[in-house]
Amino acid sequence: MGTVRVQAEDFDAAAEARLIAAGRVDVGALVTFVGLCRDEGGRLAALEIEHYPGMAEAEIARVVASAQARWPLLGVTAIHRFGALAPGAQIVLVAVAAAHRGDAFAAAEMLMDYLKTQAPFWKRARRADGGLEEWVEAKSSDDAMAARWRSSGSP
Amino acid sequence: MKAVYFAWVRERVGKNEEALEPPAEVVTVGDLIAWLSRRGEGYAHAFERPRVIRAAIDRAHVGHDARIAGAREIAFFPPMTGG
Repeated sequence: MGTVRVQAEDFDAAAEARLIAAGRVDVGALVTFVGLCRDEGGRLAALEIEHYPGMAEAEIARVVASAQARWPLLGVTAIHRFGALAPGAQIVLVAVAAAHRGDAFAAAEMLMDYLKTQAPFWKRARRADGGLEEWVEAKSSDDAMAARWRSSGSP
Repeated sequence: MKAVYFAWVRERVGKNEEALEPPAEVVTVGDLIAWLSRRGEGYAHAFERPRVIRAAIDRAHVGHDARIAGAREIAFFPPMTGG
């Protein structure tokens, strides 16, 4: 259960969310998160996102499975894009359906925290001033966010 | 086994992937990183801070203490920055 896609193409977040709940009458909460490419105050021209084909899908599926083991979810869709993305472009979608909002919010947040630190994607920033391209550094704050879910009991 | 490299590890090594035949004394992922870092300048640069390097065996994350025996594909990459 759950939909995982890794793709270059854009996605329609509203349509993906509607799909999860379509035809169901037990969904009381539908949380959709979309991560977008920021321009970093005008300094960033584009992000290049590299991924590990095969492992990216498998790792997102593992993260989805652990969320499903932890909360009573009625549907999950996770989509991550790769390739060149301009400021304003959508990068990642997490949509979670549950009977109650607490489970849906928590699962969506855990999914994003784990996607950022566990799914094999790497961002490279292309600067607006034409300067050197730089690999985006992993943030310890992202690791700390992901660690919260481990300290409160594994799924 | 096949080694695959991503992001700045790939750039520093100078290739996307290659076949490796490490000697028998290379038992763990950490041993393999140390062995690779002696293969030339690019490798030395890629693996100069071994603790930063993440690894996966057959497309699942592993620690540096994981044994490489039986691995078909071993990947090396920097900490992930997706999402």
